Amino acid sequence: MSSDVLELSAAQAIAAIDAGDLSAHELFAFYRERAQADSDANGDGLNCFTWVAEGAPSATAGPLAGVPLAVKDLFCTEGVPSQSGSRILEGYRPPYTATSVAKLKDAGATLLAKTNQDEFAMGSSTENSAYGPTLNPWDRTRVPGGSSGGSAAAVAAGLAPWALGTDTGGSIRQPAALCGIVGLKPTYGAVSRYGMIAFASSLDQAGPLTRDVTDAALIFERMVGQDPCDATSLQFPEPIAKPTAERLDGIRLGVPAELRAPAGDFADAELEPGVRDAFERALKLAEGLGASVQEISLPHAPHALSAYYVLAPSEASSNLARFDGVRYGMRAPDATDLLDMYTRTRHDGFGTEVKRRIMLGTYALSSGYYDAYYGSAQRVRTKIAEDFKTAFDSVDLIVTPTSANVAFGLGEKTANPWSMYLSDYFTVPMSLAGIPAISIPCGLAAPGGADARQSSGDASDAQQSSGDASRGEGGLPVGLQIAGPAFSENRLLDAAYAFEQALGFAEGAARV
Amino acid sequence: MIDRDEVLHVARLARLALSEDELEPMARELSAVLDHIAKISELSLEDVPPTSHVVELTGALRPDEPRASFPREVALEQAPAVGGDGFLVPSPQA
Repeated sequence: MSSDVLELSAAQAIAAIDAGDLSAHELFAFYRERAQADSDANGDGLNCFTWVAEGAPSATAGPLAGVPLAVKDLFCTEGVPSQSGSRILEGYRPPYTATSVAKLKDAGATLLAKTNQDEFAMGSSTENSAYGPTLNPWDRTRVPGGSSGGSAAAVAAGLAPWALGTDTGGSIRQPAALCGIVGLKPTYGAVSRYGMIAFASSLDQAGPLTRDVTDAALIFERMVGQDPCDATSLQFPEPIAKPTAERLDGIRLGVPAELRAPAGDFADAELEPGVRDAFERALKLAEGLGASVQEISLPHAPHALSAYYVLAPSEASSNLARFDGVRYGMRAPDATDLLDMYTRTRHDGFGTEVKRRIMLGTYALSSGYYDAYYGSAQRVRTKIAEDFKTAFDSVDLIVTPTSANVAFGLGEKTANPWSMYLSDYFTVPMSLAGIPAISIPCGLAAPGGADARQSSGDASDAQQSSGDASRGEGGLPVGLQIAGPAFSENRLLDAAYAFEQALGFAEGAARV
Repeated sequence: MIDRDEVLHVARLARLALSEDELEPMARELSAVLDHIAKISELSLEDVPPTSHVVELTGALRPDEPRASFPREVALEQAPAVGGDGFLVPSPQA
């Protein structure tokens, strides 16, 4: 059954289980074995997982029919290691489960594994992890993106049917793009944050990483809802529907000039030629599907990254104050007094990037600098939200590349923090505005240089090529980001589905 | 430009020990990032209200009803050191 089962999307697996053609326990055992093999392979695997379930799940009943779920390490899962990729939470097994995970388990999902991530979700490459880096299944010399890189690589490689990630400034969308899968960052407040180990509370959102848009809708439907344990969560105004749109007739798509050709100080975020070609092809395709495409302006978008790198580290410096060696995780030995214990525990427990962000946030919030940095950043945030509001008066959805580049090499950006931060250039504006955005694969491109292999734009051709597509050879995945107003997820998923059907992306190429 | 003394001051505020060989790179990297970030202080934003949260929510309250917390032993289970009924820590003043 192996290769047949591997090619089932989560929605197809549920249908097969409902029809009696597949048992939930068979499916779980199949994926458990694959995940465990990656875990056991150490340096020869992708290093997607920080923990893999040992036995079979006890309960599989519900609309999600027992389909196994991989969950980013930072979601608290009762009795299961949850360290947010950090040494400072060594050995931590939470006494409770995050609301989003609990809701999915109630709907019949089963916990397959926890996935690797950048420490405390701070990074764009999954290289900042106490568990070591995760590798991109398309090309193992490259990063899977981050911070939800373990989830993205696991889904792309067929080591899990679907996965949960979190997105603060792009941490679901960018790894989805770099691994050639679908990633949805919901409207802020749509999904409870309770039980997510916090990074930046005004930005963090949980969302799915899936093989296709239908699966994203299916799992997202079960994640939304107001939660008394998260005062910023909201009731989603309508049920999440299965996407069905084949066309984009009458849809007005806006392309922000500032996110098409980054200039000036952000010229380093300029699109790689292959990414630009894939993006422009997607726009042509949209017109063929009946959409109109117009250039719009988000005048403050170029400042989003600067505002983000004040606000997120500031919130992080406060959130991470709780890691002090007293209540959970590790403690530095032989402290001379309490302060010495705090400062040395934090020195030993946090990685370099986390220390840098704590320092940045503490500096920005410190006396004398607060107005210049934090105050200004909050005002820029207002302007960015207004820019989007104005844009959505004249367009229905906004489209951009998800990332300026395809997957980059391991170690390529670690020496220069700002070059890594630039990975978020296209995703951070939506995060600051709290609006939903989805990344879907829109083709393949050669890294850096010219276009490698065209996504055919024809479903029948793509089906032909998906069988024999050899891994990484013809290029690396490019992500298309689609954003909409708050709570427009149904429209977003419908548009993404129409794109997906027309693009016919060869999704099987990264399977291991 | 952030110098070594400023790094030490901020590290003290953050309750973070930095080793000697971490100081110079930290000063350099923070300075480089702040150079980029400082651009926003050049925008004219005087009349713009700050946004701390995008969700327009006021007073999400729930009924103030007592309910059981974690049992003490569960709360203490993850602690690096426990003494009697509480978290054990080194003395504030050695």
